[in-house]
Amino acid sequence: MVHVIWIAMFLIGIVTAMFNGRMEQVTDALFSGAESAVTLCFGLISVMVFWLGMMNIARRSGMLDAFTRILRPVAVRLFPEVPPEHPAMGYILSNITANMMGLGNAATPMGIKAVKELKQLNGGKDEASRSMVTLMALNTASLTLIPTTVIAIRMNHGSEAPAEIVGTTILATACSTLAAIFIDRYFYYRSMRKRKGY
Amino acid sequence: MSWVSAASMWIIPMILLGVLVHASIKKVPAYDSFVEGGKDGFQLAISLIPYLVGMLTAISVFRASGAMELMIAGLEPLLGLIGIPAEIVPLALIRPLSGSGALGMMSDLLAEHGPDSFIGRLASTMQGSTDTTLYVLTIYFGAAGIRYMGGALKVGLLADLVGIAAAIIIVTLVFG
Repeated sequence: MVHVIWIAMFLIGIVTAMFNGRMEQVTDALFSGAESAVTLCFGLISVMVFWLGMMNIARRSGMLDAFTRILRPVAVRLFPEVPPEHPAMGYILSNITANMMGLGNAATPMGIKAVKELKQLNGGKDEASRSMVTLMALNTASLTLIPTTVIAIRMNHGSEAPAEIVGTTILATACSTLAAIFIDRYFYYRSMRKRKGY
Repeated sequence: MSWVSAASMWIIPMILLGVLVHASIKKVPAYDSFVEGGKDGFQLAISLIPYLVGMLTAISVFRASGAMELMIAGLEPLLGLIGIPAEIVPLALIRPLSGSGALGMMSDLLAEHGPDSFIGRLASTMQGSTDTTLYVLTIYFGAAGIRYMGGALKVGLLADLVGIAAAIIIVTLVFG
């Protein structure tokens, strides 16, 4: 899907330029686009180094674990089919915590381990269980507290207040996460009713 | 709703304070831990370069050729009715499909309209508030060998839609 969009942007762009007489601008855009991508990545270094450094302190002091313990009662309710002491629950909690703290790269391996454990709980079948759909819903809605990458990019573009979007992001992400939970529940109960033949 | 932008200024220093006080109480070597963790941040930022070069060149060509203007002009009359800026549509479309694509698109919007403009703030909020549904599903289910996704894709895309709508409404209320 991404491949199609990527190729389409180039093809449509170049063909449009043929009719528009903007070939020169397109050639310039190629090089300036590549250059701004590299500049952007270098600009990301500062915030990423700082935030991942801070989060490593939080991990070693046990603060992230404490945070995970606060989330546990909520997770137990969201995943009623997972026994609270099962390793799957631990991975689910680490995944959610990492996502909230803006540690996307740490969240991914935890999420994969969680799905593997959930697959075993589901008898090793290659179809998604209810808990997996719930976990995916939470991940795609991505409840975030600190959107570090976005702040870094705003800084790069000379924003007066790079962090001013933290509040709106938290509110929007809370909406999408709640929506994900309700939509997930709605589809689940609807399929249950169908199966029972009401 | 001005308290939302005020709270935005407080939250990062407060988390920082919490982390450092907790580390002092637990007697963790804070500075060493910071340096150790920070090294990953460098790797992470550098590893993004090829993805972003690919996406930003494509977006730049699309914009420089005039194709982006045509697309926005086509969408404008419809979206203007409900108060959605048409400039944001390409970002909303690519957000669930490609993380680096969305990052590139957002950066392009900030460069074009300014980070502190309405579109800049909206793009920033949208980028932060949903994740790349297709990527998450492909990676997680692919690695665990799940072939039938059940309702996961439907739930993920619907949640994205709610997230995008929420971002538009909230940014309008807070900064409008």
